[in-house]
Amino acid sequence: METKKKLISDAGVRTDGRRWNELRPIRMEVGQLKNADGSAYIEFGKNKIVAAVYGPKEVHPKHMVLPDRALVRCRYHMAPFSVDERKNPAPSRREIEISKVIREALEPALIAEDYPRAAIEIFVEVLQSDGGSRVAGITASSLALSDAGINMRDLVVGCSSGIVDGQVVLDLNDTEDKEGSGDMPVAFMPNLNQVTLLQVDGIYTPENFRKAFELAMTGGRMVYEMQRKALLEKYFGASPSETAMEEEE
Amino acid sequence: MPLITRKQVIPGDVIASGDYRYGSYIEKRGSDYIALRIGLAEVSSDGVKLIPLTGPYIPHVDDQVVGKVIDMSGFGWEIDINSSFFGYLPASFVFGRDFSPATHDLSSKFKVGDLLLCKIEAFDRSRDPQISIRGPGLGKVPKGEIVKISPTKVPRLIGRKGYMVNMISDQTGCELMVGQNGLVVVSGPAEGILKALNAIRMIEEEAHLADLTTKVQNYLGAGAQGGD
Repeated sequence: METKKKLISDAGVRTDGRRWNELRPIRMEVGQLKNADGSAYIEFGKNKIVAAVYGPKEVHPKHMVLPDRALVRCRYHMAPFSVDERKNPAPSRREIEISKVIREALEPALIAEDYPRAAIEIFVEVLQSDGGSRVAGITASSLALSDAGINMRDLVVGCSSGIVDGQVVLDLNDTEDKEGSGDMPVAFMPNLNQVTLLQVDGIYTPENFRKAFELAMTGGRMVYEMQRKALLEKYFGASPSETAMEEEE
Repeated sequence: MPLITRKQVIPGDVIASGDYRYGSYIEKRGSDYIALRIGLAEVSSDGVKLIPLTGPYIPHVDDQVVGKVIDMSGFGWEIDINSSFFGYLPASFVFGRDFSPATHDLSSKFKVGDLLLCKIEAFDRSRDPQISIRGPGLGKVPKGEIVKISPTKVPRLIGRKGYMVNMISDQTGCELMVGQNGLVVVSGPAEGILKALNAIRMIEEEAHLADLTTKVQNYLGAGAQGGD
């Protein structure tokens, strides 16, 4: 393993031509799916992810009903064609874990108490994977949840950072994720300034940990601006000024 | 007092700071009023208000809703009211106080699949909503075309004091039954139904825009002249 190729050139350029503090190109669209109550599509570098939300709806099986709040379910799934070698479509250990962490990253933003005895289901479908798909999935799910009109304290935004060639960099791609020495996905609520997901793998010095965490938060705030734009575009379109609401009563 | 009109907000946005009364879909955090939904926020002397642009139907007592019978037991009917809760219509509300499961046949009144115009009689967080069909115009819907719109757009379809819905009804010669749950039943002559459906779709798509009443009026007026 000593014949490792360099992931950052001497000029400070990464494998895909970015600098250490640059995000991959990001595109987001809200409300792509007609049949779901809320949906969003995100392209995060080469990641292509669809998130769909159903609910609030009745809970099945009935014994899982929570009398005082909504039951939140989440499924993160990678399509068989999302990776180089065909992936078995059955849920893997990794997907089950990511489903859990996505749910836990979104739950603090949801006001589940407003929907007692109901279920809210979140589906994250990875069509093409390129590293950092859980944070992109969280970003898309949060858009889909607000598209579904579920009461939320804040949006949730995800971004990752990590260590590549001993250097802290923002938003790892697939190669950097696999061959780098550390990966740190972070999700947080930007207005409340509260972290809802923080995972780390690799070995970090306290200094690197702090740097990587702050870098992921900075990246997340850039993603939040795009998230916000996508949502406003869907609901208020190109002419944001001439809006009105006359109500009955 | 600074007044804000039609501010576009998404969940987590601060609508205003200060001391106001506030309505649904808003949370107070310190002295800030936070939006919980995508919508248009207004601040006036009445307080902070948010008109959401999307969301599910949550029943409220006295709401008029359109529901579908999905199940029947010995004592009542279960009604799908396009919500996360199923409505329950007790047989005693239909047959009267002397209802007895032994003497009355529930299927003689409503069968599974029937459409009802009904009202929410009682509802709280702990129980499913109770439905009643007592009231003028309530009961089984014999015929018509059913459209589903977003429940948050229903006030717009109704308009001020029912202006919009009456206009559609007058111009197309159709009868419209609007449920607060976003289900609308349109009945009348075929060409009128088509026109009314288009108008409803238009209201749903452009609910956040100003001058909608005039637009719909123009559409209906122009359509009527072209059709004659």
